[in-house]
Amino acid sequence: MSLPAVWRTRKQRYSLVGEVCSKCGAKIFPPRDVCPECSKPAQTPYSFSGRGVVYSFAVVYQASEEFEEYAPYAVAMVKLEEGPMVTAQLTDVDPEEVKVGMPVEMVTRKLYEEGEGGVIHYGYKFRPRVG
Amino acid sequence: MMRKREVAIIGIGQSKVGEHWDKSIRQLASEAIVSAIKDAKIERVDMLYVGNALSGELALQEHLGAAIADFSGLRTVEAYKVEAAGASGAAALRLGYLAVAGGLADFVVVCGVEKVTDAPAERVNSALSLGIDGEYERELGLSLIALNALIMRRYMYEYGYELRDFAGFSVNAHKNAANNPYAMFRNPITEKAFVEARMVVEPINLLDSSPVADGAAAVVLCPMEMAKDFQAKPVRIASSAAATDTLALHDRKDPLFLEAAYLSARRAYEIAGIKPEDVDLFELYDSFTIMAALSLEAAGFAERGQGVRLAMEGQISLDGRIPISTMGGLKARGNPLGATGVYQVAEAVLQLRHEAGPNQVKDAHWALVQSIGGVGSTVVTHILEGPD
Amino acid sequence: MLLKTAKPVGIVGYGAYVPRYRIKAEEIARVWTGGNMEPPVREKSVPGLDEDTVTIALEAARNALARARIDPKLIKAVWVGSESHPYAVKPTGTIVAEAIGATPYVQAGDWEFACKAGTEALQAALGLVGSGMADYVLVIGADTAQGRPGDALEYTAAAGGAAFIIGPAEESLAIIEASCSYVTDTPDFFRRPKRNYPSHGARFTGEPAYFHHIEMAARTLMEEMGYKPQDFAYAVFHQPNLKFPQTIARKLGFAPEQIKEGLLVGEIGNTYAASSLIGLTAVLDVAKPGERILLVSFGSGAGSDAFSILTTDRLPERQALAPSTRAYIARRKEVDYALYVRYRRKLEME
Repeated sequence: MSLPAVWRTRKQRYSLVGEVCSKCGAKIFPPRDVCPECSKPAQTPYSFSGRGVVYSFAVVYQASEEFEEYAPYAVAMVKLEEGPMVTAQLTDVDPEEVKVGMPVEMVTRKLYEEGEGGVIHYGYKFRPRVG
Repeated sequence: MMRKREVAIIGIGQSKVGEHWDKSIRQLASEAIVSAIKDAKIERVDMLYVGNALSGELALQEHLGAAIADFSGLRTVEAYKVEAAGASGAAALRLGYLAVAGGLADFVVVCGVEKVTDAPAERVNSALSLGIDGEYERELGLSLIALNALIMRRYMYEYGYELRDFAGFSVNAHKNAANNPYAMFRNPITEKAFVEARMVVEPINLLDSSPVADGAAAVVLCPMEMAKDFQAKPVRIASSAAATDTLALHDRKDPLFLEAAYLSARRAYEIAGIKPEDVDLFELYDSFTIMAALSLEAAGFAERGQGVRLAMEGQISLDGRIPISTMGGLKARGNPLGATGVYQVAEAVLQLRHEAGPNQVKDAHWALVQSIGGVGSTVVTHILEGPD
Repeated sequence: MLLKTAKPVGIVGYGAYVPRYRIKAEEIARVWTGGNMEPPVREKSVPGLDEDTVTIALEAARNALARARIDPKLIKAVWVGSESHPYAVKPTGTIVAEAIGATPYVQAGDWEFACKAGTEALQAALGLVGSGMADYVLVIGADTAQGRPGDALEYTAAAGGAAFIIGPAEESLAIIEASCSYVTDTPDFFRRPKRNYPSHGARFTGEPAYFHHIEMAARTLMEEMGYKPQDFAYAVFHQPNLKFPQTIARKLGFAPEQIKEGLLVGEIGNTYAASSLIGLTAVLDVAKPGERILLVSFGSGAGSDAFSILTTDRLPERQALAPSTRAYIARRKEVDYALYVRYRRKLEME
């Protein structure tokens, strides 16, 4: 993703900041300004708790260029407790331990670096709950 | 919506799918176009639509419409590149169809072409993911294969399937490709090999993923009323329909349902006036076995969660209830991205002309052809009717 | 010599983070010495491929915020001390501040003073809050320390983070009574910009560096406050290995039970800028109201910051609001030297 695009979406990627629809109360992630439930304008920021459950998962052995140095890694669709579904990597867990239905929580981790001299991309991943 | 005229396919041309180090994207396309025009015996071309997914990224050439018209002997003909990720070829066909059906052009060439081998393999892999959500899927480490793997795992979890249950799709495709001179992989594979193949993104393995390579295929369209002047066995485009769905998989109402495939197929059946039972063969988009299973369900050949059973029970073979991938499908004929949709149509035309040789589906008269862009975000469906 | 704030201040929230991976000292010894070495710790923490000082600082900060229960917009400075900031130019603080929602009206410059970068920032935080300029300041000590392969420090160079939100004493779970800093120009351990690994003076890092500065800072603080070791329920010292903090504790008159809760180095290694601070979080996890804690950091170059901290009765209700430091320590997955080398990116890939 380009630098401006990374910058535009930083709050979403660092902290799962989405929107709540002022009309029907639906929680929306990622933010899109029009509520997908009731089609009314939705622009009030909403910070998700980060807690969710694994809906599905897969293990990436062959990754795209930027993610090559991190392979193998697990990815998952996570159903957030507030409703929306997000897709992200799983971290701090062995792929063999992952199960559909596993409760997870969001953490902010390195996604990739644009080389040794370039920008570091950070974003949300999910891991088994701690503590 | 009223069509003005019926549209026929009067010529086809194909290149072998594979690594064409010695041909540029223009040369590849030109070869297929010249072949199709020869098959159609036409002397004038009114429009050229070029289906292509990634020419800018991988072949470092945009403006493909003009580039290919120029090199194919079609200088001055109006020409456009049409892009809808994996459905680019089918989308190009749809636009060509609309031009003829709407009475705005008589002779339209639709060419699908993709040249991936000029780019290093890593760039090709990354580029395949330009058709998924860049901000909320790709940036987080997901690829097109990974999204398909997520669908497959959930499907296996909800319906209780194992990896071996999907083998039939790949085994069938390879079996059929043996008789297709244009196919990339013509070797047979076994269920055992499928189950033991190395994982790419688990649960999708090397024998589950369709190979991406170079290729070009072209078809010539003209109004049905003129078709017999050019082609003894014209194939009628009975219907053409397309739909989109959310770009991101996580935004789907039901991630295990290809809603765009269902909507476009339903519309295509409606316009053509037929039902799934009437379909003699289905050139579906088997980029991955899970897509084949879900496509069969969305097009009405199996209940939800039962698409895989058709493969398990051999119903998808040439003499089965619903033959698919009759010339190898994406899995074995290959997947030259933007060209694939046109290959699917060319193969269906061969079947409907009864020119498919050892792969001929008996009495083939109605063919359903469907292409999928991204992880189901664009689906284009055509129904073709044979001449007899 | 004693530093006291104009307004009374304290800790309104605290939090820690330790990565999941561990490598045993005996595994490092297996590779470099055929097992012929006396391990200075049992094992150390290893950051995962997707972790760095930013991600570690951020999780510790989020835990501190969970315990503080304040609006992040009221935080007027996010100060991260580290010797492994991911950028040489672009402060770790800016990313942490953005991620916790403290931007845009906030200070966010980075701090460096080897292992006392975090407590250096803590001193400044006491000033910013104690002067009335800010209601709250977030201070973090975090590191992903690199050890030269085969060097003595490879056994202990580890990763971790500790965060503290400093605020008014009336809201604090522990108040900071006073502090004292003792700094000299002592080149015991340093790193030039183009080098991957620091250089150190071996035994020179002992008496003239670690022991002298900690002793001076601690004694000065205790004398000027009129405190004796028995006035403290806990003492937490900078922990580069097990021996050094045990030795200085003894020398200053502290008993092993006083340093036990805050002595984590044997299990997670030396977390550098987090070292003494993470020991403090472990103490706060178990301390009761009205207990006094001595915290003395040490940073090479060199200097020590000493703090006298007194817990309040707000502490018990805040402890369980975030994972305890022990919960992170208990979360462990062992790696061998080969995986460790991959995770720490010690291999030349091009």
